[in-house]
Amino acid sequence: MRPEARPRVGPGTREAPGPRGTAGARDAPGPRESHAVLSAVTRVYPGARPVAALGPVDLDLRAGEFFAVVGPSGCGKSTLLDLLAGLSRPTAGTILFEGRPVDGAVPEGLGIVFQEDASFPWLTVRDNIAFGLRRAGTDPAETARRVDYALGFMGLADFAAAYPAQLSGGMRQRVCIARTLVTRPRLILLDEPFGALDQQTRLLMGDELLRLWRETGATVLLITHALDEAAMLSDRVGVMSSRPGRFIDLVETGWPRERDSRLVAEAGFGTVTARLWARLRDESLKAIGGPGATA
Amino acid sequence: MSGAARPPARTGGRDALVAAGLLLALWQGLHLYAGDAALASPAAALGALRQLAGTAAFWGHCAATAQAFAAALALSAAIGLALGLWLGLRRFAGEVAEPLLAGLYAIPKITLYPVILLVFGLGLGAKVAFGVIHGFVPIALFTLGAVKSLDPVLLRTARALRLSRAQTVRFVLAPAALPEIVAGLRVGFSLTLLGVLIGEMFASQAGLGFLIVNGTALHNVRLTTAVILTVVVLAVGANAALLWLDRRYVRRG
Repeated sequence: MRPEARPRVGPGTREAPGPRGTAGARDAPGPRESHAVLSAVTRVYPGARPVAALGPVDLDLRAGEFFAVVGPSGCGKSTLLDLLAGLSRPTAGTILFEGRPVDGAVPEGLGIVFQEDASFPWLTVRDNIAFGLRRAGTDPAETARRVDYALGFMGLADFAAAYPAQLSGGMRQRVCIARTLVTRPRLILLDEPFGALDQQTRLLMGDELLRLWRETGATVLLITHALDEAAMLSDRVGVMSSRPGRFIDLVETGWPRERDSRLVAEAGFGTVTARLWARLRDESLKAIGGPGATA
Repeated sequence: MSGAARPPARTGGRDALVAAGLLLALWQGLHLYAGDAALASPAAALGALRQLAGTAAFWGHCAATAQAFAAALALSAAIGLALGLWLGLRRFAGEVAEPLLAGLYAIPKITLYPVILLVFGLGLGAKVAFGVIHGFVPIALFTLGAVKSLDPVLLRTARALRLSRAQTVRFVLAPAALPEIVAGLRVGFSLTLLGVLIGEMFASQAGLGFLIVNGTALHNVRLTTAVILTVVVLAVGANAALLWLDRRYVRRG
């Protein structure tokens, strides 16, 4: 199955309140076009004994797709995200975002949500969400409009005046997602954003993430170690080898764009998850030095 | 998902009153044990303080201490904050300097008294210098620790939000490190005051420290106790004010 053709929110809706139209910036590519491209990208950490952390990796991230990356622990998933985000530079290879090279600085139009709680404890929920917009000099009325929308969209309206210490882990992660969302990124990178949450909350947050993805039309790249999460959320799942990580399989899930966590009850879900695990099992054994690993 | 946390019950005022009552009881007990020749009673000390407050000389000594303390605290804070920030942002320099600073601080400062006197002479300069050498190191160490222990994900977030270096320092690093910096300033405040008073005791002709030494030399126990009470009330009051500011404006949530 192929993912359904999805309507893209165009520039005409960009000025509407809220995040709708996030991906509709003037430079954003159309659907099915390349949004970000990694070509022969490697990352070696220098030192007395250099560590090859990643690659070579090739990846063509299509505009508007939901792409997940799974792989054994330490295979370089987060390194891949850092490189694509411009938070570190590749040792070799090229990275393009919307046709322009990513060269060690986070490009405009790209948003990142980290695994760790990255909310600012000295700011209220409202001020946390508005932080990026204020620093970018966005008009105060526009900032207030976007923040109000994000508060409602993420179910945080009743907690606008609360501080992060007064919120649960799941709500703090929503604050971080909302803070990224209001900057209207066209590519959203998520580094195991639900890693610290319990299973029920993860499923519900997954639903919210899918809703957000549909609303914004943004391209999403999700790093996760949870196969079920990757299988449920994604159009495509990239399976990485043990370190240095390379893509050993790209699995098209074929889910419709309108989907949610009830998908886990469908027969096809088990098929996708089983395929992911089949590709990943040997690599995971290699990563932990297990006896059943095949070369 | 949890809602907003319930604020803790406020029992600070009652606890402070209980603590003050206990200290007064302890003071009275110590007076009864040691006698008038060693320690004036709380009532006698208050009486002496009332008399002192009616003299212009007392306020002159208070002003001398306040002037020296204000200058010493400003210098301690400026040097400590600048040094701590600089070392904290340069990880290697910080790792080398932290044990050096801590070691330097372990030196009994009183042994530097002759050097301070020779360099600054008798008077304000020596008092301020003595206050600064007591106060700037803890402020620098707290600031250095605050910057070093900053959660890396906050700095990564600053980069992800495309903040400039100056914006990162102003809007992320400074507020994130502020609670520990304020804690360092509170410690530095107390130790700077200690340094100034010691300086006044040994190298001055004016100030509350001088009054204490003078009272001791004249065996005027009521005067000595009254001045000590003044210093204690000022120090505790200022520390309580700093603590209130810290809780009100720095430590949120």
